[in-house]
Amino acid sequence: MYNSKIRGPLIEGNKSLGQITREVVAPLETKSGRWWTVALGLSSLATIYGIYAVYITVYKGIGTWGVNNSVGWGWEIINFVWWIGIGHAGTAFSIFLLILRQRWRTSINRSAEAMTVFAVLCAAIMPALHMGRIWLAFYIFPYPNTRGPLWVNFNSPLFWDFTAITAYLLISVSFWYLGMLPDLATIRDKTISKIRKALYGFFSMGWTGSSRQWIRFESLSFILGGIAAVLVVSVHSIVSTDFAVGVEPGWHTTIFPPFFVVGAIFSGFAMVMTLMVLIRKIYRLTDYITDNHMDAIARILIFISLIMGTAYLTEIFVAWYSGNKYEMFTFFHNRITGDYKIQFWGMIACNALIPQLFWFRKMRRNWIALLSVSLLINLGMWLERYTIIVTSLSKDFLPSNWVSYTPTFIDVGVFVGTIGLFATGVLLFMRYIPMMAISELKGVVHIGSKKED
Amino acid sequence: MKKHREIPEEFHGLTNGNDRSSAKVQKDQLLELFEDDFLKLSSSRRNFLKVFGFSFASAAIVAACKRPVHMAIPYVIQPPEITPGKPLYYATTFYDGHEYSAILVKTRDGRPIKIEGNSLSPFNREGTTARVQASVLSLYDDARPKSPSVNQQAVSWESIDEQILNDITGINSVGGEIVLLTSTINSPSTLKLINEFGGRFKNFRWVQYDSVSYSAVIEANSACFGRAVIPDYNFEKAELVVSVGADFLGTWIAPVHFIPKYTARRKLNNGEKSMLRHIHFESGMSITGSNADVRRKIKPSEEIILLADLYNRIAQKTGAETFHGTSFREDLSELADNLIASKGRSVVLSGTNNIDIQIITNGINYLLGNYGDCIDLNNYLNISAGIDKKMEGLVNDMDAGRIKALLMYNVNPAYDYPQPDKFLSGLKKTVLTINMAGHLNETSGKAKFECPVHHFLESWNDAEITPGRLSLSQPCINPLFNTRSFQDSLLRWSGNPISWHDYLMANWEKEFFPKSALPDFRRFWDRCLSNGVFSYDQQDNKPATFKKEELSRVMNNLKIIPAEEYEVIFYESIALGTGMHSNNPWLMELPDPVSKHCWDNVAAISPKDAEELGILSGHLIKLGADLILPAFIQPGQAEGTVSVALGYGHKNSGPVADNIGLNVYPLVRLNGGNRYYGFTAGRLENTLKKSQLALTQVHHSMEGRPIVRETTLGEYLNDSHSGNEIHEEYESGHRTLYPEVNFDGFHWGLAIDLNSCVGCNSCVIACQAENNIPVVGKEEVKRRRIMHWIKIDRYYSDNPADPKVYFQPLTCQHCDNAPCENVCPVSATNHSSEGLNQMTYNRCIGTKYCINNCPYRVRRFNWYRYTNNKAFDFNTVSDLGKMVLNPDVTVRERGVVEKCSFCVQRIQEKKLQAKLENRPLLDNEIKTACMQACPSEAIIFGNLNDKNSRVSKLFGSPRLYHLLEELHTLPSVGYLTRIWNGEKKNS
Repeated sequence: MYNSKIRGPLIEGNKSLGQITREVVAPLETKSGRWWTVALGLSSLATIYGIYAVYITVYKGIGTWGVNNSVGWGWEIINFVWWIGIGHAGTAFSIFLLILRQRWRTSINRSAEAMTVFAVLCAAIMPALHMGRIWLAFYIFPYPNTRGPLWVNFNSPLFWDFTAITAYLLISVSFWYLGMLPDLATIRDKTISKIRKALYGFFSMGWTGSSRQWIRFESLSFILGGIAAVLVVSVHSIVSTDFAVGVEPGWHTTIFPPFFVVGAIFSGFAMVMTLMVLIRKIYRLTDYITDNHMDAIARILIFISLIMGTAYLTEIFVAWYSGNKYEMFTFFHNRITGDYKIQFWGMIACNALIPQLFWFRKMRRNWIALLSVSLLINLGMWLERYTIIVTSLSKDFLPSNWVSYTPTFIDVGVFVGTIGLFATGVLLFMRYIPMMAISELKGVVHIGSKKED
Repeated sequence: MKKHREIPEEFHGLTNGNDRSSAKVQKDQLLELFEDDFLKLSSSRRNFLKVFGFSFASAAIVAACKRPVHMAIPYVIQPPEITPGKPLYYATTFYDGHEYSAILVKTRDGRPIKIEGNSLSPFNREGTTARVQASVLSLYDDARPKSPSVNQQAVSWESIDEQILNDITGINSVGGEIVLLTSTINSPSTLKLINEFGGRFKNFRWVQYDSVSYSAVIEANSACFGRAVIPDYNFEKAELVVSVGADFLGTWIAPVHFIPKYTARRKLNNGEKSMLRHIHFESGMSITGSNADVRRKIKPSEEIILLADLYNRIAQKTGAETFHGTSFREDLSELADNLIASKGRSVVLSGTNNIDIQIITNGINYLLGNYGDCIDLNNYLNISAGIDKKMEGLVNDMDAGRIKALLMYNVNPAYDYPQPDKFLSGLKKTVLTINMAGHLNETSGKAKFECPVHHFLESWNDAEITPGRLSLSQPCINPLFNTRSFQDSLLRWSGNPISWHDYLMANWEKEFFPKSALPDFRRFWDRCLSNGVFSYDQQDNKPATFKKEELSRVMNNLKIIPAEEYEVIFYESIALGTGMHSNNPWLMELPDPVSKHCWDNVAAISPKDAEELGILSGHLIKLGADLILPAFIQPGQAEGTVSVALGYGHKNSGPVADNIGLNVYPLVRLNGGNRYYGFTAGRLENTLKKSQLALTQVHHSMEGRPIVRETTLGEYLNDSHSGNEIHEEYESGHRTLYPEVNFDGFHWGLAIDLNSCVGCNSCVIACQAENNIPVVGKEEVKRRRIMHWIKIDRYYSDNPADPKVYFQPLTCQHCDNAPCENVCPVSATNHSSEGLNQMTYNRCIGTKYCINNCPYRVRRFNWYRYTNNKAFDFNTVSDLGKMVLNPDVTVRERGVVEKCSFCVQRIQEKKLQAKLENRPLLDNEIKTACMQACPSEAIIFGNLNDKNSRVSKLFGSPRLYHLLEELHTLPSVGYLTRIWNGEKKNS
């Protein structure tokens, strides 16, 4: 079953096991390039802008944002859903492919999981910041308390959200970190720096590589994978109930849970694509992340893009078919036409149309095409959340309440800040943690290679 | 006023004596906790627990630090009438020279905090206007003058009196003319006092001056009937009202008096078969025009042609003398027929301050026999007495240096006289100038002596609104500043040692006590003070005899005003009125009911003109020579006219009013002895510069949704469900998977009669005052963050050139199946056992999910901290401004959601009272603030479980529907359909 005749070799270049360790660990051992310092500087700047925006938000109030009496949720909730969506890729990637025993994931899953952790962190900032009284955020924890005891409202999707995200974050972090143990131990054993030895030694939790440890390691991976697989589906389903449970036209629809999960995986895979194209280019890891890998992700993207397109059409059809005048207005007069048509058509173009370029093999193998399409998909997914949240809220049932929505400098700051935080996280990850699961790579090094024939 | 005291220093720490030694002891004690081997870092379970326990305890101590405690000291001797926590009501009178209401003032711990109408007064009953509701906040205005001053130097009353007495005696000895310039005075005791005061001088003149004048009405009645009065209009006796530009439901003469009479004849809740029909001609879009069954647009210059033509047609049909005249561009014979059909039961009004127009109007009413029942000259209204010519004469005399002393009371000519420069130069030529004003205004500082007067809530006074109907004013709080009533000043300056209070009492004892049936004056006085009002039967009614000569003169020399391309009309806005109360942040932020715009005055232009000139709302346009204002495209505005609100553009009236909008009073024309509120602009010019308007509603069409359901009277009489057919359809689809909630005790509900609501906005301010709703300022309004818990939605239908207008008060619907309650993650909003949708501020963490999930969008978020925040320096920052806060209602913190509570504090108060008195709660006992303030009784609150309550009866009406009932939110607020009487004849 490990013999992949269809895919060809999973790792090219006929590597020896030692070579793999050396090449993967190389970015940690060598001095980082100037680009890394510059990129870290830029992302830190963005983070600082974000910290300033957060400071202003907390110090002065949510009034510094563009939200208003009718549009109670704005950029921050859009960003929240967007980041959570991106945060799906890692887990979806490793876990679904792990369960499906797709071994080609090995060179990508580590970075994808790292991305998940940073994206979920960025996402978690948003709803917290969005609370009017963030200092009382602990009211949302369901624990026996001296205030009555007052319990949370178990009916509220926001509470489900809180639970789902917390669980997801914990599981993703554990899965990512525990999967790293053998590699951390490898670095511990290889390094000559005392500090590194101590640090990596501490974090590798006494990994020795004994058979018993390997057995436990494998079974733990499967257990965590099993839990996480459910979470991948549940987290975004639950996020979607934030909207689907609401009465707002354009929100109150049963298509939302699958639609959101698929959308999340879509944006996550696109983000994986973006990062992989860059990592391959920068670290010259084309032997490990082969053109075949990129090709596979691109094919998945076409498939999901078709689902997205179908979902968009279904929503519009149901709005018309229901005969509900509020739904009709939202879809036909506030999305397809109206003030927000640019966002709507941008979403359709980026998510449903442009990914169709990957039907062409040439496109799937051109790194510029891959990079631009993946970035456009992420833009499209952001626009999708914008369309859902803002159009429904801005013009709903009573025309007297209709308003338009524009973000402020602070809204932009919070968003840019999370991008900065994400980028900083990814850059540090590249520098201090092996980007690929060395032990797993070694397991697939000869699969599909000519040597085996 | 509540006094606060800091805790003495020694209570702060519990240690006494030497701080240093005690600190050392503490340190030693702490170190004793750790044994010697602690520093060796050998970690044992004991040490771990010690370190853990110590850090935990320190954290707990640090976290337990409290904020400084402010304590209030109780009374040493408690006044018997005051129970802390219980309100006291005083009956008093609001009269600012322009608007009158008999009111009740609610005081808490000595602070007036809310104004209600006095139900014993037949004039306004419980109704009030937004301006009256807001006047309590003007009491706590930091900009009020705080002490007497001479040339802006604060002095004592003794020294200022001495100087004034010196000066005035000097002037009088040489026979110099002394002028008292006041706003209209309708206080009989003050009139007497002024007469006595004037009698002391050789050369004395008293001029009454109103910023918005009804001089033409008074003069026309004087010319036609020999009675210089403003008659009372009895809409409740009329079948047909034809108004030409008179905004009698909004600002004209006495809206608070007219609204209940007008709506009484338009209610259909008790099986009435007919209703008052209202035909309105106007240029701008007023709330009166919005309520009319038929509204026609005219230019101001056409008014005289219209009325003259109407007169001729009625005269022709009734066989009276006709005059030669131009006919109006529309055929008025149908209108004339209708009026003749309602002979004696109609009212024709004109709102223009033009004596010729008013005389023709009188002529029409006389022909129709409306004097007597519908228009009452005997029970006239003492609202306004200023005659324009007298003021013009005074200013001319001042300018010519003929006036030696000018005493001003409650007037602001430097702001609202059409020629402020002439007035001010005249003022400079006057030797002795005294300004007696209760609030800061443009005239303040222009006179030598400033003798600030009390706010009306601090003063004694009386008023006679119609002959035989009196009301008293009494102070509800000690004067906050070193001010003195105007009457006390006059008494001092006339050398009379008696205080104004004693003078007033003596006058009542002499004049009115004999008219009462009570044996003892003390009892009479106490009863009058307690009731606030006193009335006695006045002399027999004299029939009005019409003098035809004046009418013939006017009709034969019809002064046709040449029509210009653009005619600009100035109007009083609902919020600011004449501009006297502009420094009141509640009023400044009150959106105009029709334009839904606040914090500025704009030039309203018609959609057609805007299109022709390429003007968009917000473009700065130039009217005439130098008036540049933001344009506002107003559906229903007559083509070729521009409406601009008065009352803005203050320069020295306080931080809220100053530099907001433009003052257009200097453009008021002195036209034939009467001030004409408007001018003609040759052209409009678009400067193409943009400004963003502070609008609270930006979409105006109902988009075909059944939001305001309407029908016509004819259809309604055929089928009482008409216009509301869909309600039954939705009701029949009422199904739920869940057990239906039963409310065992009370189930509160609110019915809003859309046929009675005229859109006056009184409820909005009443709610703001009752519920401590913050003012957010122009920038925040622009960002759509106004905080009002109740708002009046306004919709247009039909075409923008000639729209139908609908008003719909919108507040929390208290849904029994509330979408907001379900989604709050912390259960901060939940349902009470009495059907109230409650908001628990303490619990709210501000996710705003409830705001999004409320289909009515009636929830408000505290975007910023609005209290004690210099960025929102309106009335919740200074200690003085905060005195208006209602202690029964929490002041909300930043970051929490708030909304209408059905005035739960009032519900609780009355429930407790009924319980203490061991009786069932009565229907109508609990009134929400909006209901109480509503002059038209359009809002009815009560218990839906009581089948006999007023609200239950309305809920049983075939006209009742719920807003967005198809969503199955099960609101506790019901609306009654709007019924138009626009057909030609009631079928």
